[in-house]
Amino acid sequence: MQDLTRVDEIVGRYADTKTPLIYILKDVQKEYGYLSDVVLTHIAKKVDIPLSEIYGVATFYSLFTIKPKGKYVVRCCNNAPCHVKKSKEVLEAIKSYLGLEVTETTECGTFTLEFTSCLGLCAVAPVMMVNDEVYGNLTPEKAVAILKDYKMKGQSNA
Amino acid sequence: MHRNHVLVAMDAHTIAQGARAVRDALMRNLEMTSLTSEVKVVETGSLGIYNRGVVLVIFPENVYYVGVKVEDVAEIVSEHLIKGRVVERLHYTDVPVEKAAEMGAAPRFGKQQRVVLKNAGIIDPESIEEYIARDGYEALGKALTEMKPQDVIEVVKKSGIQGRGGAFFPTGLKWSFAAAEEAKQKYIICNADEGEPGTFKDRLILEGDPHCVIEGMALAGYAVGADMGFIYIRGEYRMSIDRLNRAIQRAKENGLLGENLFDSGFNFNIEVREGAGAYICGEETALIESIEGKRGEPRDKPPFPPSVGLWGMPTIVNNVETLANVPQIILKGADWYKSMGTEKSPGTKVFTMVGNINNPGLIEVPMGTTLREIIYDIGQGIPEGKGFKLAQMGGTTGGILTGAHLDLPMSVEALREIGSGLGSGALLVVDDSQDVVELVENFVEFFNHESCGKCTLCREGNGRLLELLQRINSGKGHVADLNLMEELAVTMMKGAFCGLGQAAPVPILGCLKYFRDDFVRKIEAAEMAAAA
Amino acid sequence: MKTLADLRAIKEKAKKEMATREQSAKYRISVAMGTCGIAAGARTVMSAILDELSKRGIQDAAVSQTGCLGCCDQEPIVQVTDADNRTITYGKVSAEMARKIIASHVQDGKVVSDHVFDMA
Ligand SMILES: Cc1cc2nc3c(=O)[nH]c(=O)nc-3n(C[C@H](O)[C@H](O)[C@H](O)COP(=O)(O)O)c2cc1C
Ligand code: SF4
Ligand code: FES
Ligand code: FES
Repeated sequence: MQDLTRVDEIVGRYADTKTPLIYILKDVQKEYGYLSDVVLTHIAKKVDIPLSEIYGVATFYSLFTIKPKGKYVVRCCNNAPCHVKKSKEVLEAIKSYLGLEVTETTECGTFTLEFTSCLGLCAVAPVMMVNDEVYGNLTPEKAVAILKDYKMKGQSNA
Repeated sequence: MHRNHVLVAMDAHTIAQGARAVRDALMRNLEMTSLTSEVKVVETGSLGIYNRGVVLVIFPENVYYVGVKVEDVAEIVSEHLIKGRVVERLHYTDVPVEKAAEMGAAPRFGKQQRVVLKNAGIIDPESIEEYIARDGYEALGKALTEMKPQDVIEVVKKSGIQGRGGAFFPTGLKWSFAAAEEAKQKYIICNADEGEPGTFKDRLILEGDPHCVIEGMALAGYAVGADMGFIYIRGEYRMSIDRLNRAIQRAKENGLLGENLFDSGFNFNIEVREGAGAYICGEETALIESIEGKRGEPRDKPPFPPSVGLWGMPTIVNNVETLANVPQIILKGADWYKSMGTEKSPGTKVFTMVGNINNPGLIEVPMGTTLREIIYDIGQGIPEGKGFKLAQMGGTTGGILTGAHLDLPMSVEALREIGSGLGSGALLVVDDSQDVVELVENFVEFFNHESCGKCTLCREGNGRLLELLQRINSGKGHVADLNLMEELAVTMMKGAFCGLGQAAPVPILGCLKYFRDDFVRKIEAAEMAAAA
Repeated sequence: MKTLADLRAIKEKAKKEMATREQSAKYRISVAMGTCGIAAGARTVMSAILDELSKRGIQDAAVSQTGCLGCCDQEPIVQVTDADNRTITYGKVSAEMARKIIASHVQDGKVVSDHVFDMA
């Protein structure tokens, strides 16, 4: 059972904000990593919005996740400006290095692979993000080298 | 202030050929002619010209002299620096192009005219004082102390500025609708959702000059009678969000946001609202739903936001770039604004240049600059010696432009005439090594992903289009599929509920129109390979 | 803020402060710190600049940040403006380059020309 006291505290933070749901979900996700059923049910009670509606919001926006994710979330951009700079080759290299399809998480829980929509960094395309760090001017080799570093970091911290 | 700079190249080659002696002679000569306060000598490293003796460059004329000897110095000083005549005998015109660009002849900035970006990259965005020092908040002060709200609207109307969010609706007219509404509460929303692939102009304005957007919003608030503003910004734009919050705080501390501004009785406050990753929330009614904490699905229009918007109240939604233009329009007047750009699209436009281009990035040019000037002069052409295949103006929902359009002026009316538009101002340049059919599949993948799912035509239509394209790209397509795609696209364009579903077919139809052969060739090649 | 005169007073003061800062500093160094610049490494460049200035004991240089200029392929960008308001723009600056710019341009007045991409 998850500890829900932090949820209460976060809901309290936005007592003065009109229509605060998205802010609450953001902060709760930051705290708990993802939006579990238990957490969403609790929020619904607290803010008096039907669970179905909260669930609808949580699944509508791509920054929210209702599934737990890996320690490092790798988000590749594949929008048109990155596409013409060969982002697909980079994506394929990452897929085969991590052994993942997009939206999957490694069994050890280290990596999750996702798409991101254009980050407005297309001038240094192709681009990927690992958690909050942005990497540009990628080649398949460069991308894999960056992920290797993360893998080592992940293991040494474990 | 020095009126001229003389650069003396000091590298191993030039020093070996007497650069030091030339420099000394130059200094002596300038002293003798009392020019030291007007002309400055700067030593630089290599200027990229070898085996030509001592090399000098004189700025701002950007004139190169080579093979300069000590005895030539007096002539250069008296002819060039005093009389302004180039010493042809030593003049070197064969300057390597890239070097010339680097050394100040930079066309990158030359054709640009920075209005919206006048402060970006120049002031410290964290300092309200630097903004004020460059006429910041002067327009707000002028409006609140000397103008009636109606006057502000009149100036904006007369300036002819059209919204920079993509639809290019006349801003003054939009404001007059909200001003005419009777309501207890009205709102101003700055649309900083910027999700159109290839677009990052709004982020740059917000990061580089946040106060000009704040001032623009306050002016809009005064004009229509709103005392509350929201900036709806992409959640991914962390740095812009932080800078905006700090800028709002500083404006409050300085009495430029809050109560009774300039003792006029006018109040205005701003809150930042973050998006959570949904392209459709850039559409103004979906954005309003999102601020209300709901799924960002577009609303029925009419009623339009200026009558019924946020929490049911009259609301102005304007793009970042639109609002960033407003303070200068109020300060310098409608005629000044109209002196830039074309008759029907006044002002400047910020474009982001991406894709297969040598100088990618952000530029601001007068409306009506041709595609060729943008791609070849400012953008410095296409890399790796490849040819130009197509450009897409306005992001992934934008129209397709081909070589035949290179001399088309980039203005609202010229693009409207060919059934296209400027959209978000993102210009994707595509070279001739790219596969158009795969590119179109990439477009449709985007639409399919970003369709909010509210209406069937867009949800199912994009899904079907994607299947067809995947089929063609995996070598299992038929030429008849192309007609099917066209039919589907035209139906979506006519029947989709919002701008996404209506605009998604635009680039697809464009590519089918201009590059149908590419599709047919791909299909036939696969058929032949299968038969063999 | 009560009147336009109040605003102008701030403006005059800010202008003066900027001017004295400009006069007292022989060189003004600014680093473009937009998301793009930072993604390209502007933060390490900034700290290299600050570190090198203090190592060399240079005190007549003012360091500031600005938004980005829009020349993405050139990031990180560092601009050095001298007392005559002449600005040299350096592109693709690495931490190492930044140290060289301080040593050569700011300390010795010699433009590091192989990384210059614009002058104004
Ligand atoms: C699918 C879709 C996405 C849009 N995205 C944006 C956006 O990211 N930013 C923006 O300013 N306008 C966007 N718009 C346009 C807005 O609906 C609206 O017209 C605009 O914000 C009005 O501001 P303006 O009058 O200053 O142009 C979008 C429209 C559609 C249909
Ligand atoms: S056209 Fe597409 S994006 Fe627009 S409302 Fe319909 S499904 Fe949603
Ligand atoms: S398309 Fe990938 S960052 Fe813009
Ligand atoms: S967006 Fe800042 S340099 Fe490109």
